[in-house]
Amino acid sequence: MPVTGTGRTSRIIRWIDYRLPFVAMLEHELHEYPTPRNLNYWWNFGSLAGIMLVIMIVSGIVLAMHYTPNAAMAFDSVERIMRDVNYGWLLRYIHMNGASMFFLIVYIHMFRGLYYGSYKYPRELLWMLGVIILLLMMATAFMGYVLPWGQMSYWGATVITNLFSAIPLFGQKIVTLLWGGFTVGNPTLNRFFSLHYLLPFVIVAVVGLHLIALHTHGSNNPLGIDNKGPQDSIPFHPYYTIKDAFGLMVFLIFFSIFIFYLPNFLGDPQNYIPANPLQTPPDIVPEWYFLPFYAILRSMTFNVLGIPSKLIGVMLMFSSILVLFLLPWLDTSRVRSARFRPVYKWVFWFLVIDVLTLGYVGAHPPAGTIVVVGQVATFYYFFHFLILFPLLGKIERPRPLPTSIGAAVLGPAGAAGGN
Amino acid sequence: MSDVAQSQVSHGHDGETRRDFLILTAASLSVVGVAASIWPFVDSLNPAKDTLALSTTEVDLSPIQVGQRLTVAWQGKPVFIDHRPPAEIKATEDVDISTLRDPQKDSDRVQKPEWLIVVGVCTHLGCIPLGQKQGDDRGPFGGWFCPCHGSIYDTSARIRQGPAPLNLLVPPYKFTSDAKITIG
Repeated sequence: MPVTGTGRTSRIIRWIDYRLPFVAMLEHELHEYPTPRNLNYWWNFGSLAGIMLVIMIVSGIVLAMHYTPNAAMAFDSVERIMRDVNYGWLLRYIHMNGASMFFLIVYIHMFRGLYYGSYKYPRELLWMLGVIILLLMMATAFMGYVLPWGQMSYWGATVITNLFSAIPLFGQKIVTLLWGGFTVGNPTLNRFFSLHYLLPFVIVAVVGLHLIALHTHGSNNPLGIDNKGPQDSIPFHPYYTIKDAFGLMVFLIFFSIFIFYLPNFLGDPQNYIPANPLQTPPDIVPEWYFLPFYAILRSMTFNVLGIPSKLIGVMLMFSSILVLFLLPWLDTSRVRSARFRPVYKWVFWFLVIDVLTLGYVGAHPPAGTIVVVGQVATFYYFFHFLILFPLLGKIERPRPLPTSIGAAVLGPAGAAGGN
Repeated sequence: MSDVAQSQVSHGHDGETRRDFLILTAASLSVVGVAASIWPFVDSLNPAKDTLALSTTEVDLSPIQVGQRLTVAWQGKPVFIDHRPPAEIKATEDVDISTLRDPQKDSDRVQKPEWLIVVGVCTHLGCIPLGQKQGDDRGPFGGWFCPCHGSIYDTSARIRQGPAPLNLLVPPYKFTSDAKITIG
């Protein structure tokens, strides 16, 4: 819809739009953008993740103005931020807990996609771009956690970079390359800081592609059926801008509880001890958002076909994310939403329980039953995606789908296209 | 859409609606909230507490001989301390201030006439004038000479020639005893 009117402002906007169609694009992507009329609150998490990315970048840029990326000074510079910099404690707690919130939001966003089949035709690339964003987030979060140069920073960096030593033949050479030395040290800290600053902007770029892919076919919806016409959709603005704004306020209250009342609840007290290259802390535990993957890594306690357990563990851990790239083709069911898939509806929740179990296992020392539970849960994770998913689509008999979103939401009158 | 239109029926006197009121209050509250959220980010760029802790400097004047000049650091800036001989004080007090670019009496620039204490940053573009060390070019007025753009200061550190607009600044200081000062 072109901007009409004869006032000075609309004349200026028309002048710009003719050369750089910025306002026209906003109008097209936000106001006219037809959005399914039945989106529930699980659809809030995409925009929340976008806002969280902005919060992380803004607080991170300001923190970087006070932080010193040097092994001898990093820890003290973080303490200076906490004690001396005006509102430094607030900025750091926002950034620290923000990482947790970002992962929480993205995990909910992904499970929503799994439940409602948002990764299926024609949104395969949209989903795969999302998995790339997740991988970038993990790399960014890991390197960010190293920057305060506490005990967990140091030993977390040591353990994770050593994953690459499992690579046959070149393993140790690659690890030395990553470190820039023979242990994690000052060169490692400097490059991690550089990359920690760079990667969020790469994420912004991939989020841009994610949005282009999203807007090409529009949002999926709780019914998982296609948008068939005007009776099925409403403009994004103001209907979903206001819904997203409400969700944002609820989220910010939740976020604030952590920032102001439980700022260190999700962190590890070991990280307030300066890094000591000569002593490993008794328990090395990653941040909570890595626990399920950590459990998969540790689950391999035996060699398979002569391949060392260390290598298999590392491969399984990376595969647990890479398998998500194949999801659109592993799922053979044509029905998107679990609402119409009586068996998948249950299988979905088994996966949720399985991932939570892996998280629990990852948080506890690997001994006794914990090891067995971890192995069973790891097996089920891959069984779910590689065997159950493809089979289920073939044997499950889905419930009948509604004829249109309008018909399901408004009753028979809506299906006719009237108001 | 007709339902929406009907809900906008006027309740006020001049066509104001309940919706106008809600939009106005929600928008105002958002502006206040956003401003309050931005403030910590901006304020974090102000000097931190450890920087502020360095904002005063104590100086013991007793080792400084008559005719000697000393430079001390205050907030990272040089402060010139000049123990002026009586003849120099007399000469600078006798200057007709109506001839100066930034007219100021010498007595308004010192607490004790023998101690001239000024910030050693040229008021033109921030260079440090010469004149503190033996053998420095002090310029034709026996004060300080800025090598960057040629500003010339007299023995009261008042601007006499060159591009600088103002006299060298007198920092806030007080004598804590006869021979000790606290700057800042």
